Amino acid sequence: MELRLDGLHHGYGDIEVLRDIDLDIPAGRVVCIVGPSGCGKSTLLRLIGGLELPDRGSVIQIGEPPGDSLNPLTYIFQDFALLPWRTVEGNVRLVLEDHGFARDESARIVADVLSRTRLSEFRNAFPRQLSGGMKQRVAIARALSVSPAFLLMDEPLSALDAQTRELLMDDLIDLWTRERFSAVYITHNLQEAVRLGHRVVVLSRRPGAIREILEIDLPLDARAGYAAELETHRQHLWRLIRDEAQAAELELVDG
Amino acid sequence: MAEAERAGRPVSFRGGGFMPRPLGVVGPLVFVAIVGIWETGSRTGLIPPLILPAPSEALAALAHLFETGLLWKHLSASVQRLLVGWTVGTVLGIAVGVSIGLFSLARAGMAPIVAAIFPIPKIALLPLFVIWFGIGEGSKIATILFGTFFPTVIATYGGVDNVDRSLIRMGQSFGLSWSSIVRKIILPGALPAILPGFRISAAIAIVLLVAAEMIGAEFGVGAYILLAGSLMAIDELIAGVVILSIMGLTVNWLIARAERFFLRWRL
Repeated sequence: MELRLDGLHHGYGDIEVLRDIDLDIPAGRVVCIVGPSGCGKSTLLRLIGGLELPDRGSVIQIGEPPGDSLNPLTYIFQDFALLPWRTVEGNVRLVLEDHGFARDESARIVADVLSRTRLSEFRNAFPRQLSGGMKQRVAIARALSVSPAFLLMDEPLSALDAQTRELLMDDLIDLWTRERFSAVYITHNLQEAVRLGHRVVVLSRRPGAIREILEIDLPLDARAGYAAELETHRQHLWRLIRDEAQAAELELVDG
Repeated sequence: MAEAERAGRPVSFRGGGFMPRPLGVVGPLVFVAIVGIWETGSRTGLIPPLILPAPSEALAALAHLFETGLLWKHLSASVQRLLVGWTVGTVLGIAVGVSIGLFSLARAGMAPIVAAIFPIPKIALLPLFVIWFGIGEGSKIATILFGTFFPTVIATYGGVDNVDRSLIRMGQSFGLSWSSIVRKIILPGALPAILPGFRISAAIAIVLLVAAEMIGAEFGVGAYILLAGSLMAIDELIAGVVILSIMGLTVNWLIARAERFFLRWRL
């Protein structure tokens, strides 16, 4: 299953947020979307997953998701969005409950995704007992439990401190190397984009339009060895974004 | 540089205070002290028994009430009214509060009415309820029900409004059904606002219970207090007040237990 964005256009009231977005999102790769703050990155992700309706244009699904996929387009949120009154296990189970699994079948799925994210021993902890990085791993486990065709990640590492971010980035690379998931990954952090993205889409400031699409043809798990090349990419991206970011910085928020 | 100045002095501490600590014994001590002063005052004749009888006399009245079995008659009548009125009022209040929180039509239609009726002291409606529901149990339960309903509605829809929208969006993004989102995300999310609302509605219910029992009730703590007052039996009157205080404390304790259980996922 692939996704195609076809002439997407969106605004809130008089403010135009996204303009003429045409983009093919292939399967089995990570597409990073970067841009200055307020450029409509998160709006774009909500449009892709059907949480918001575009004013014009459409998001088209090409091909069928794999048969075992319970929720083909699955989000991972910046603020984790875990229910504080449910344990780690309960949070994962929440998204399986509406699918009518037998008790032991859903227990099997929960145990499986928790072990894949190395959370098994924390299954009875409440979210408040977990660090930020652990919470995001729970959110990743929850997303994996519904076998998504696409992971839609909205700045998943931005609420974490630099060390945790580094660790979780390695986790994501491991996970991708094992499972080859498809993902749209929104970030404002160019380092993350060049480490995790097979393709980096640069948006201009509001109204967000595609400025450039950068292909990075290096295997994710080997990128640590290509520091210089990644840095070149990162600097190139930064040059593209810097002026826009500066101009965006000076705008009034509600202007 | 002078030698004294080189040695320096410690930076003065200014971060203390503003952190009340629990001191378990102080509360009971204050209570015992007040009762002790009161008792000695009465014994020495400083406090005339006609105005305020000694605590021991009030206790004796309470014991008498217990021995004659009248205590249970009064108490069970009161607790029954309280339970029925408060429970029905709370259930209806939560139902209406949740619908105001969820549906635009319910909000537009009912929120103004709730806002208009909420501030009316329900005691003022008691005579009206007597005319509508009769002088018996009906008017008493209706008063308590009414008094409980409105604060519960307001606490509930405030709680529903405050449920983290990102959690609801998460539920939608995983394709949860509408009823799952309401039962598993919105209701538990509103509970931290609903449970403290119980404290307020329970306190209001006890006030209204006593008021309602002062009109045409044979049994009930309110009726007992009214009768004691009109007979100038102040020791009995104080015994009745003590019963009310214990009822209030018990209700509070039950709600605190419920909060500890249902909100154990918080700190």
